[in-house]
Amino acid sequence: MRIVVCIKQVPATNDASIDPETKRIVREGVKAILNPFDTYAVEEGVLLRERFGGEVVVLSMGPPKAEAVLREAVSQGADRAILLSHRAFGGSDTWATSYALACAIRKLGGADLVICGKQAVDGDTAQVGPGIAAHLGWPQATHVMQVRSATPETLVAVRMHEDGYDVCELTLPAVITVVKDINSPRVPTLRGRLASQKMEIPVWTPEMIGADTAKIGLDGSPTRVVKTEPPPPRNKASRRITGSPDVCAAELLHELRTRSLV
Amino acid sequence: MRLNPAVARGAFRNVWVVAEVLSGHIQPVTHELVGAARALADVRGSEVWAIVLGSGVAGQTGGLIACGCDAVIVVDDPAFAAFNDEAAARTLVQLIDKYRPESVLCGATTCGRALIPRVAVLADCGLTADCTGLAIDPDNGDLLQTRPAFGGNIMATIRCSNHRPQLATVRPRVMKALDADPRRTGRVIREPLTPDPSDALKRVIEVFHSTETAVNLGDASFIISGGRGLKGPEGFNLLRQLASRVGGAVGASRAAVDAGWIPYAHQVGQTGQTVQSKVYMACAISGQIQHLVGMQSCDLIIALDKNPDTPMMQIADIAIVGDLFEILPELIRQIPAT
Repeated sequence: MRIVVCIKQVPATNDASIDPETKRIVREGVKAILNPFDTYAVEEGVLLRERFGGEVVVLSMGPPKAEAVLREAVSQGADRAILLSHRAFGGSDTWATSYALACAIRKLGGADLVICGKQAVDGDTAQVGPGIAAHLGWPQATHVMQVRSATPETLVAVRMHEDGYDVCELTLPAVITVVKDINSPRVPTLRGRLASQKMEIPVWTPEMIGADTAKIGLDGSPTRVVKTEPPPPRNKASRRITGSPDVCAAELLHELRTRSLV
Repeated sequence: MRLNPAVARGAFRNVWVVAEVLSGHIQPVTHELVGAARALADVRGSEVWAIVLGSGVAGQTGGLIACGCDAVIVVDDPAFAAFNDEAAARTLVQLIDKYRPESVLCGATTCGRALIPRVAVLADCGLTADCTGLAIDPDNGDLLQTRPAFGGNIMATIRCSNHRPQLATVRPRVMKALDADPRRTGRVIREPLTPDPSDALKRVIEVFHSTETAVNLGDASFIISGGRGLKGPEGFNLLRQLASRVGGAVGASRAAVDAGWIPYAHQVGQTGQTVQSKVYMACAISGQIQHLVGMQSCDLIIALDKNPDTPMMQIADIAIVGDLFEILPELIRQIPAT
């Protein structure tokens, strides 16, 4: 079984700054980590490989320093790693990113299963996983909280919904995105860490994956961020209530009753 | 699709809402989006259409028309009895091709956020996730889509000028539904599902609706929420007592949930639920941005805190300065049990 896990490097904090020209997020000089949801995706890939054999390939698109998160995934048990990195990929939105990742999966010779984290914690879009599935023409299951069973040809996934869950059987190849309930990621071993530091990580360019350059980067992205700003302040002329507890309670009740809210 | 000399902007018209259908019922988020779509369509002098993909849903079109739709497309097929990403995406792309909407809105639910990215790729359109604000450029119909990112620390506005239609998933309980007017009239268009060999690649074999998640903060009109200042799980008992007096529900900040004082289902905020209750009473919740984005569209916000200077105390309509362990028991005493 070949399992491709798509991962993303994200800023370690949510104190984000914005490039005034591209209006996209400044990633330089900010401590970066593996997107937390993606550690569960890597673990699920490793668990499936342990049952069915084969390999786990981790794939990321980003600047050269994104290879750090690929090494982390290798230390967690992935067999090899590939980085898509080139200036022409810069500024890609989720459409262009999922296109590039799908091209890379084709270049790999395909996969039996692609696993992504539910969403990345910087953009919070959750769009790249289904986007990859659509570009490849494969079925998908998102918000997967459990892989109930699997064979080399099929996978039975439990999908989380707001009001419960459902269970679907996918014929492979397919794409799944996973939530944190799915497993408990292992702690990398020292040996794994050492191996990951020595591993050669190939860097693939748009040309190497046969990507149409009109479909990647800022130009290949249908969406444009036209403005970024802090959230609007909500300072109101609020009514202050102070005093002893019984007075506070009585005044609040009065306010609620005049509005017919109790 | 990408606009070019052969595919003109003007060929795309109307605002569509993709209905959220769960176990055969159209969900409230659909009516909220119809309300938002109505405002956008009125700016453009165009129509609001709802697209209902479901099984046994044909009888539910009247409610959509009453709350603002000019037309409803219904694809009523057993294939849509459970959530079927692939067939739904394929069908939407066919309908988009045939009727050419200018904008398409869908709830930012687990289903909507799985379905619409697939549509965006197949129809070659731009998509903005989880919008909390929508406006429209009256001249060219560009949607101005505002959404929080970085845990709500940044609001980004996104435009998609060179592709039509423009797709957006919209956060539930942010937009307001219009009051239903049964005198409104509209058209109902029936469309068939076109079967495809790829339908065999996935089947839903079990559906489970939990009553457990009936913590449903989304439907509560009075929410009493607690944060770190509750000091422990026992603190929530006071909130529960007050909630039962006022017929409300109990919410929590992420800090209280992370501390293990109350289950995640109660969490309000960017990574929890978004609520839009009539009253939101925040007890000892400092009001970090990631919490505020989940509750700031509540009608009346009450803050109770010893510290008068927290962000929550600044944004509240009513700010009570005091100790919740003294004031809440007094409040419970003064509200007669029903």
